[in-house]
Amino acid sequence: MTPIAVSVAGAVASFVLVLVVLELIRSHRLRERYALLWLVTGIVLTVLSAWRDGLNTIAGWLGVRSYPPAVLFAVGLLFILAVLLHYSTVISRLSDQNVLLAQRIALLEEQSVRKPG
Amino acid sequence: MSVDPRLRELRRVAIVPALNEEHSIGGVIDELRAFDPGLDVVVVDDGSLDGTSRAAAERGARVLRLPFNLGIGGAVQTGFRFAFENDYDIAVRVDGDGQHDPSQLDRVLAPVLSGEADIAVGSRFAEIGASGYHSSRTRRIGIRLLAWVVSRIVGQRVTDTTSGFQALNREGIALFARDYPHDYPEVEATVMVFRHRLRLTEVPVEMRERGGGRSSITALRSIYYMVKVLLAIFVGLFRRNVVPQEGSE
Repeated sequence: MTPIAVSVAGAVASFVLVLVVLELIRSHRLRERYALLWLVTGIVLTVLSAWRDGLNTIAGWLGVRSYPPAVLFAVGLLFILAVLLHYSTVISRLSDQNVLLAQRIALLEEQSVRKPG
Repeated sequence: MSVDPRLRELRRVAIVPALNEEHSIGGVIDELRAFDPGLDVVVVDDGSLDGTSRAAAERGARVLRLPFNLGIGGAVQTGFRFAFENDYDIAVRVDGDGQHDPSQLDRVLAPVLSGEADIAVGSRFAEIGASGYHSSRTRRIGIRLLAWVVSRIVGQRVTDTTSGFQALNREGIALFARDYPHDYPEVEATVMVFRHRLRLTEVPVEMRERGGGRSSITALRSIYYMVKVLLAIFVGLFRRNVVPQEGSE
């Protein structure tokens, strides 16, 4: 069985994550598009921490008998990997766009030098 | 088609966002000219891979060609920035796929010209029994749900929160030039308009089947957008500072 302290600490920490993400959106520092995955992470971890029977059941399915909170780590890790992978795709897109922007500026600059005014 | 005489003295522009609409964009521009020869037409080409920009330029429209796809919000805002910086008094927004019929623009413009609204939106559902609009089931449910949520929040009946068929005065142009939502923008924009205490009115219009190209929104994406938009609206309600600082992104 999961120790109570682990459940409380896990639930509080995950819930704080949700609140921080919402605050970042509110203050225009995080766009909704990039916040969704974080919110899902926070909500899933909050639920798994607080819902002790559920965590035990899932641990049972996965064959984790001795220490059910290990499932919390696994799920958390999985979501962090998902967020990182998502960011890699975002960075790739941004660098492609950056190349295009630089090229477009170079073309425009050449045009404006050729016909001033 | 006679143009409202009040319109003649105003500097007016049509903002036409287009993504891969080379077959329909020319017709849209011609129809806009037929409605009002004094209307400047600005096509915002949102990174099209076909000849949209060329087709638009051939018909004499001004073309803002984005270097890559920004999504509808970013594209439309480019048009609003253009309208704001070039001191237009009135802007209309008409989609490049031909689903908005420019001959109905006089209806959409009327509340803005008479000064009773800052922004007028052509709604497919404003009239009871309006059934001319066909769309997928997911999308219809989505449109209904969003309309209901938005109506609750703004305290005024709004029936079509996803319509891009709009007319705006200078205040409306200034607001959207400064701040406009990103990928599914009309819903959030509606809420934003009310929070800035601008007046929004809906006008019944009929929309046509798309002239060419494909809708950028599929069923699965609708659900993603729905979640995203609802999140944006609810978080937005807790904003005190409704306008982001310049350069804060």
